[in-house]
Amino acid sequence: MEATVQSNARELWSGGDSPFKVSYGKIMMWYFLISDTFSFAGLLISYGAIRLSQPAHDEANPLSWPDPNHVFNAVPFLHGHYPLVFVTFMTFTLIFSSVTMVRAVQEGHAMNRKGVLFWLGLTIIGGLIFVGSQAFEWSHLIHEGMTQKSNPFGASAFGGLFFLITGFHGFHVSVGVMLNSWAFLMTFFGAFHRRGHYEMIEKLGLYWHFVDLVWVFVFLAFYLL
Amino acid sequence: MSQETTIKEHLETHVTDHDHDHDHGHHDHHQSFISKYIFSTDHKTIAKQFLVTGIIWAIVGGGLSVLFRIQLGYPDADLSWMKPLLGKWITPEGHIAPEFYNALITMHGTILVFFVLTAGLSGTFSNYLIPLMIGARDMASGFINMLSYWFFFLSSVVMAVSFFLATGPASGGWTAYPPLNALPAAASGSVAGVDYWLVSIVLFIVSVLLGGLNYITTVINLRTRGMKMFRLPLPIWAFFLTAVIGLLSFPVLLSAGVLLLFDRNLGTSFYLDQIYIGGEALANAGGSPILYQHLFWFLGHPEVYIIILPAMGIASEVLSVHSRKPIFGYTAMIYSLLAIAVLSFIVWAHHMFMTGMNPFIGSIFVIFTLIIAVPSAVKVFNWLTTLWRGNIKLTPPMMFAIGFVSLFISGGVTGIFLGNSSIDVELHDTYFVVAHFHLVMGVAAFFGMFAGIYHWFPKMFGRHMNNTLSYIHFWGTIVCAYLIFFPMHWEYMLPRRYPTHAGFDTFGMFAQLNEFITIAAMASFAFQLIFVFNFFYSIWYGRKLKEQNPYHATTLEWTTPIRPGHGNWPGDIPEVHRWAYDYSKHGRDFIPQTEPLSQYEIEHGEHGDEMDSDVIAHENDDHQS
Ligand code: HEM
Ligand SMILES: [Cu+2]
Repeated sequence: MEATVQSNARELWSGGDSPFKVSYGKIMMWYFLISDTFSFAGLLISYGAIRLSQPAHDEANPLSWPDPNHVFNAVPFLHGHYPLVFVTFMTFTLIFSSVTMVRAVQEGHAMNRKGVLFWLGLTIIGGLIFVGSQAFEWSHLIHEGMTQKSNPFGASAFGGLFFLITGFHGFHVSVGVMLNSWAFLMTFFGAFHRRGHYEMIEKLGLYWHFVDLVWVFVFLAFYLL
Repeated sequence: MSQETTIKEHLETHVTDHDHDHDHGHHDHHQSFISKYIFSTDHKTIAKQFLVTGIIWAIVGGGLSVLFRIQLGYPDADLSWMKPLLGKWITPEGHIAPEFYNALITMHGTILVFFVLTAGLSGTFSNYLIPLMIGARDMASGFINMLSYWFFFLSSVVMAVSFFLATGPASGGWTAYPPLNALPAAASGSVAGVDYWLVSIVLFIVSVLLGGLNYITTVINLRTRGMKMFRLPLPIWAFFLTAVIGLLSFPVLLSAGVLLLFDRNLGTSFYLDQIYIGGEALANAGGSPILYQHLFWFLGHPEVYIIILPAMGIASEVLSVHSRKPIFGYTAMIYSLLAIAVLSFIVWAHHMFMTGMNPFIGSIFVIFTLIIAVPSAVKVFNWLTTLWRGNIKLTPPMMFAIGFVSLFISGGVTGIFLGNSSIDVELHDTYFVVAHFHLVMGVAAFFGMFAGIYHWFPKMFGRHMNNTLSYIHFWGTIVCAYLIFFPMHWEYMLPRRYPTHAGFDTFGMFAQLNEFITIAAMASFAFQLIFVFNFFYSIWYGRKLKEQNPYHATTLEWTTPIRPGHGNWPGDIPEVHRWAYDYSKHGRDFIPQTEPLSQYEIEHGEHGDEMDSDVIAHENDDHQS
């Protein structure tokens, strides 16, 4: 048993073929995502370093780190305070759009053009809702007086970090929505079908799940901790 | 059989790729000038674009160092003659304005570290050699490869434009530390220069990432049949790991740069806290300049290995070919590269011993830093033992490769001094550090690059460079390099980045030494012009290459035609049967990688006690029968 595994590994790496049995495009996407992990890590570590240098949350100290329940409690069209309700909705939208992306990839494997269009379409809508919600949240917070320099809820560093990091993530989501829309059109006009495979959807799927995963960390940093 | 089909598939992918890139779909043979030389997707052309751009930047970057060395060496002289070039940056007394002196050293460092020794070195040789040495028609994605060059080009343009800003280019050091580089009021170079610097660096990072994705993917996916990872020539391992390091460290510089851009332009305080400028307190609060240093050096230290690894790979190959001996310790060479790659990520704080860090944390970084000297030393010993009793051919590339080893040792030794925090407290930010990193990185990497250029020039351009000029270039450069940087160790209490030390009595004793170093620096620059002339002259008028394999080397690039076209091999891609270092084996000078193992031969690294003499005896029997 072990011997066969070993000899397979040897053959896999002996040239003339892809050792992972994966096309170059997908390998590139994987390495790009690993690399992008490091740019997010750089930002999140900066967040951690700056946050730890500030006084922890303390009702009595207006310069201490703010309480997320206090900062994020608005929901569009509703009055009153609903701590973290809206961001929960955003998070579910994004996770749901990851699920629809998985379905789009599956339909691609089955060479079902209509199925790809349907599920990819839902993914795009999910992404748009997320970006739109973020726009709402930003404008609401700006309205409340939070900017990249100031923060009525506590330590001013919170504002800069929040806008920078959620902005960087939102930028990734927007790029993903654009790429998905492009792939939607390509599918619509049958370009992938003629190519004989929907690998492009798979690659975009990897990117989309990654953006989703990163959100979990961003969410953790700003809304939960 | 199945392997054959996959190879075919690769080819097909390339063909479709190709159609993709030039949508107009014309063929290789009648490509327009633009698609052949400018927006080319052929890795060989892209490599030459990187090389030529790198050479141009090296002339600029080196030229800047001559300017600031003149100011340093002759602090009292009247430099008004520089006015036509530097204009208002020459003070009425005829000195280089202090803020412009700092801009000169900043641009010198940035240009040489990023544009010359990263793009010019790893961009050139990874592009050129990876497909040729692993037996691939081209990079995995020619299009992304082309983008990589053009992002580098854009980045170059932005940096070049910044020279002409009214307030001058960035002047806060190649490391761009805040708050100096975060506050426009802090220095004239910080008014606009740093924004250009940051934009340029961001574009450069994109270029490095696009290039690196290609190098990695190509090495993983497109090796020809039989090219196992442990048969790869060492430069390929070096380029591969360099790309991996780049992919993991440059994004962090991206984050650091974005934060700095925000601080500069949007009024955030990521790096700023409690600052007074001109007696006035700024509103910024809550950030930390030390945070920037951590982020920067998390890239910065790996970056120095991004620069040296390709040079190490090239030197390993050149030393082996020109001493007609297998590289000593092939596997150890690979593992030491790996060890360096891993360790390079956990030593960054040795640049920050003076930031008031907790001494306990400092001592952890001391230990890792000193450990990195071990794989470095393994490599040095392997190079020396490769030379040992070799049939050494002192060709120009070989001279440069040997020079590389010498410089790497000389500069590496002082690294051990600096790695001890207690000693570094004295030496930090002095000319001792300048001497250390110029020898170990600056000049050594240049020597690796020269070794590569002289070695593969015939392959690149189908002509030879002039030998006499090459030897003059070598001797001039190595002598000057040592004359410049060896004496600098004595200036171990002289702080760097000062336009003049004239105001300090203590430093008066260095006046003559500084003048001496300046003269050597100017001479060294002149010797580089000989190289530049030789290089460009030989492209068009050099002696024509007649032999397909002029060095009798084993590797695959020499099995291509003298002037390989797009696709590299006219027929099938060769298959590989052995490692890249079968020199002087079984009585034969060299055995190409494409030659199957003979029946009596045991592959390198396989177990078995092969007696050389036995095998030769057997083979002779064979020939007789
Ligand atoms: C033998 C292993 C090495 C050790 C222990 C070592 C140690 C150090 C230390 C502690 C410093 C900081 C000095 C200071 O600023 O006070 C330093 C600076 C530097 N080293 Fe090394 N080094 C080694 C090898 C290398 C290599 C191989 C390279 C490049 C290829 C390199 C490039 C640099 C550069 C560029 C700087 C200065 C950066 C700056 O401040 O502008 N070093 N080295
Ligand atoms: Cu370092």
